Amino acid sequence: MSGTSTTDRTEVTMDQPCPISLLDKGEQGVIGRPLARVDGPKKVTGTATYAAEYLLAGLAHGVLVRATIGKGRVVSIDTDAGRAMPGVIEVVTDFDTFIRVSQQGGETGAPTQGVKDVEYFGQIIAIVVAETFEAARDAAQRLPVEYEQGDGAFAFSLQHPRERDLPPNNTPAHAEQGDLDEAIRNAAVTVDVTYTTPSQNACAMEPHASIATWDNDELTLYGAYQMPSSDAQQLAKTLGMPVEKVRIVSAYVGGGFGSKLGIAPESVAAAIASKRLGRPVKAVMLRQQVFDATVRRSNTSQRMRLAADAQGRLIGIGHETTASNLAGEDFFEPAGISTHFLYAAASRLISHDLVRLNWVLSGSMRAPGEAVGLLGLECAMDELAHALKMDPIALRCLNDPPRDPDKDIAFSSRALTKALEDGARAFGWDRRHATPATQREGEWLIGMGVAAAVRSNMLSESSAKVAIRPDGRVTVSSSMTDIGTGSYTILAQIASEMLGVPMEHITVALGDTSDATAAGSGGSWGACSSGSAVYVACEALRAKLAAAMEVAPEELRLKNGSACVGNFSKPLGELVGDGIEVIGTIKPGEQEKVFNQAAYGAHFAEVAVNAVTGETRVRRMLGVFAAGRILNEQTARSQFLGGMTFGIGSALTEELIHDSRSGKIVNRDLAEYHVAVNADVPQLEVILLPERDTHANPLHAKGLGELGICGAGAAIANAVYNATGIRVREFPITLDKLLPFLPAT
Amino acid sequence: MKAFVYERAESPEAAVAHTAPTTRFIAGGTNLLDLMKLQVETPETLVDISRLDLADIEDTDEGGLRIGALVPNSDLAADPRVRLRYEVLSRALLAGASGQLRNKATTGGNLLQRTRCYYFYDTASPCNKRVPRTGCSAIGGFNRILAVLGTSEHCIATHPGDMPVAMRALDAVVMTLRPDGRSRRISIHELYRLPGNTPHVETVLEPGELITHVELPPLPAGVRQLYRKVRDRASYAFALVSVAGVLTMEDGRITTAALAFGGLGPMPWRDSAVEAALMGQRPSPAVFEAAADALLRHAKGQGSNDFKIPLIRRTLIACLHELTGDTQ
Amino acid sequence: MKFTINGHTHHAEPDVRTSVLDLLREHLGLTGSKKGCDHGQCGACTVLINGRRVNSCLTLAVMHQEDDIVTIEGLGSVDELHPMQAAFLAHDGFQCGYCTPGQICSAVGMLDEARKGWPSHVSADLQAVALTGSEISERMSGNICRCSAYPHIVEAIAEVARESE
Repeated sequence: MSGTSTTDRTEVTMDQPCPISLLDKGEQGVIGRPLARVDGPKKVTGTATYAAEYLLAGLAHGVLVRATIGKGRVVSIDTDAGRAMPGVIEVVTDFDTFIRVSQQGGETGAPTQGVKDVEYFGQIIAIVVAETFEAARDAAQRLPVEYEQGDGAFAFSLQHPRERDLPPNNTPAHAEQGDLDEAIRNAAVTVDVTYTTPSQNACAMEPHASIATWDNDELTLYGAYQMPSSDAQQLAKTLGMPVEKVRIVSAYVGGGFGSKLGIAPESVAAAIASKRLGRPVKAVMLRQQVFDATVRRSNTSQRMRLAADAQGRLIGIGHETTASNLAGEDFFEPAGISTHFLYAAASRLISHDLVRLNWVLSGSMRAPGEAVGLLGLECAMDELAHALKMDPIALRCLNDPPRDPDKDIAFSSRALTKALEDGARAFGWDRRHATPATQREGEWLIGMGVAAAVRSNMLSESSAKVAIRPDGRVTVSSSMTDIGTGSYTILAQIASEMLGVPMEHITVALGDTSDATAAGSGGSWGACSSGSAVYVACEALRAKLAAAMEVAPEELRLKNGSACVGNFSKPLGELVGDGIEVIGTIKPGEQEKVFNQAAYGAHFAEVAVNAVTGETRVRRMLGVFAAGRILNEQTARSQFLGGMTFGIGSALTEELIHDSRSGKIVNRDLAEYHVAVNADVPQLEVILLPERDTHANPLHAKGLGELGICGAGAAIANAVYNATGIRVREFPITLDKLLPFLPAT
Repeated sequence: MKAFVYERAESPEAAVAHTAPTTRFIAGGTNLLDLMKLQVETPETLVDISRLDLADIEDTDEGGLRIGALVPNSDLAADPRVRLRYEVLSRALLAGASGQLRNKATTGGNLLQRTRCYYFYDTASPCNKRVPRTGCSAIGGFNRILAVLGTSEHCIATHPGDMPVAMRALDAVVMTLRPDGRSRRISIHELYRLPGNTPHVETVLEPGELITHVELPPLPAGVRQLYRKVRDRASYAFALVSVAGVLTMEDGRITTAALAFGGLGPMPWRDSAVEAALMGQRPSPAVFEAAADALLRHAKGQGSNDFKIPLIRRTLIACLHELTGDTQ
Repeated sequence: MKFTINGHTHHAEPDVRTSVLDLLREHLGLTGSKKGCDHGQCGACTVLINGRRVNSCLTLAVMHQEDDIVTIEGLGSVDELHPMQAAFLAHDGFQCGYCTPGQICSAVGMLDEARKGWPSHVSADLQAVALTGSEISERMSGNICRCSAYPHIVEAIAEVARESE
């Protein structure tokens, strides 16, 4: 084969199922294996470079300035006073261009701009740039700002006007089928309860950070972002410049969980300040500012109505939810998203309303929708099981529908009942006391709970370039990110399996918008979308290699860096001339319309509740999951552990408190916003059920980064009920809510 | 963090020469630097006392212990004499903060740890403790972690510590060096002040006065001790409430009882009425209830912290069961 | 000012306000130690000072000119991993990697504390302590991992503890 320097492009649209995946034909034997992370050595030695760690010459330090009113206007900022403070280079603001809120994930336009109007406490209004971080921080805190106070809405209430006419957010705002009221009238057993969940913060360990540097009219931003390609579009629109002139580099991202999907205020502030000063500017949000001014998961109020016949068959489901957001922001927490299809019921009413509040923007946090929606649905199902005197697993299995009851389409793959049944055996569910509050060990009340896990599967258009070099080494490059999810590793595994090249001969470069455009990390679509792009590119490369070997692609065997046909073998490097490369693209298609695609599982929890104090400790947890092909058993397991632990936090401790007088987040640090620490987390168990989904993508895999949180909190809440007989419907289940109902001392 | 002048003190005497109210001593710095970064504390001078020779734990002639002010929390908790003789102190220390923080935080500094009140911590909120006469945002605000005892209309802050609670139960004596070169002994019961209308004044220490040691008197043989902390997560969280208990029994009756409480008041709390309700009594639910009644006779919830009143009642009673039970 | 970091002498002129963490990250290019909260509430900045684990964000550089500071870069390198680094890698004791250097430094310091017989909050007996899983969890609770690799972190540390016995 002669040398080539042109890059071929190939794309696959998922209009048809992929009955055969070449990953099953690979001979390298790496796919699915629990290989250590390829980026791991750098991470454990502190040599992986995160956004704030690029050592650029002439770097100036910026610290953001927050508004200290909950609603009103900035009258003036005394920039002269700021500039006069020691070490300060400049106080930069641009009332029109600075962004008032972070952008939502995947948007291609600018978020709401303009910071003269203050819509929430802590809104970023300026940046102080100094020669040192210490000087910038001091001046940012002391910068004189004059405000005009306005009247805001600072406390959530269902009595507020509720906005109902909202654009869909992966699920319609309002949907009705059959007649729920009639179903309730005809039901043998009903449940009608309201659950509430609080605002939460993603608390990625790396605070939002950007370093901006300009080369004439070209901006490079080293940013802590999950979706650099759409973030670059957002940034370009915000700054009024062509997207070709914006490059974002997010090679390593210290956690995201949704909070870094869209651009946050520090990116625009750093870019504007850098432009104005003519030198690179670093802006890292203080941890308190991450709480104040990035994004929160909305609080919700969820009225759950379930209607069942005497055997436990659901005939009606109502899930009427209300969340909150700033005026003018469309995003609503899609809490009812999986209520559309988790259980069968002829009549259903699923709705999402918004109350407009002067609280920091609400947006996506790990599993937007399911993470809180399943707290409502799966606890209500537990209540129904008790009302029916039925085992909660039996109730769920009975109502596991054969087809999507909403759209009347087939499920692409669905292992809910198997997950529940296998999990029950593995967890020892038969040892659970069906009657609540009947198991005690000393001061501790013991109980078990179960909940279903479900998370919609998505595919997002993504590309990746795969190149085989003359030395036989392979590089994979894409603007995809690895936010801890394992992308570096699984993309290398896919390329290794597809091309028969040892893992150590594969280099993966991620997080740079100069490379092939990928959707990035979010919505659990990252691995399947970018992984499929790599697959598509490799498939084309295999065809080229086959042509070079003068055989049909099916006859080609690739292993350990060589191509074999019969007994004849040749190193790949000798087949590629000066090197060959292909950009592969995967696009969603008809398959997601004609099949309901989702991943499923089941959570089991055993808790101990202190009968004296109400302190709850999770003693054991098991998650059983089916998410199509598992690409790396170890990184998949780690994703599930992380999700389950988010579930512990959401069930028991995590809650942003908004001061009802100003909307200000009261507990704006990691000392008082309680994410789980090591001692809160027992040795969690994960069982991965074998599964393939031929409708999802050529990998036969489904997204799993969020499945672990979906239902986890509900299993814990149901275990608390089983332990105590106390049903707390206001999350999180802190001890004060149990205390009045605990046994006398 | 505002700019400041940094000086290193070469001796305790040199340290106490710094009497300006805008001077702070720094040793571990785990609380002071936290607050300085937020400009809650804005000292003009920091006097580094971390290298002073005050990091020993010695036996006293009376059979107690004299603890240098610079002994880190972790060393104090792990000291074999403390573990053996003052279990309540070891337990209280180990219930606090994290391994890293305990390695840095010192005995003297920990006594003076300032409140974790959310509004004290945010310069955007009025706070009488941070800026006198600006108002209290916690009253009428969110006050889950704040006080139900010893509050005033000006401040409902809690002292957040664990170690000082145990030290109050142990009748510790705080030894200081004053600017005039004289030392004094302050009972821990006299160290702290109620907020009244001066919540910014938290102790009786004078400007420049340096804590040099803490002395623990000996405990009687056969004493029973415990420290129980109730918090929102299993570790690395401040106490919602806590109980330090030191108690002796003879012939089935309580002969001495020292009970101190965290999370309830502006200082590590101790109330002789609680102990009076127990002294000479045979342990019984009624006696324990009476002790709890005594503790809570002036308790006042502020809304989101109302739960602390039943919580401490239940916790105290459970602690008394444990302290007086035969299983000890 | 002169600092001893990972066995090497470094000269820098930080502000008196500069924390050890900012000295490392902003003045010396040692960005392995991470800033997660800057207030001693997450543990990502954990380093060893004179062999003891501390939050480098909550102590001033100017106070540590005589001290021996060891950071993640001083424990091992990609080519020569420290046993704790190797165990974290093998057990997948991390995901995003941001808390990881702090976890590893903390684990190294913690094992040293355990070897000295220091008890913890969960030790039933203050006099005799075995380093069980729950002991490791309690002692490592000053290091938050939002990805929650906690079960894997405990496994990794337990393995190093066993092998160093």
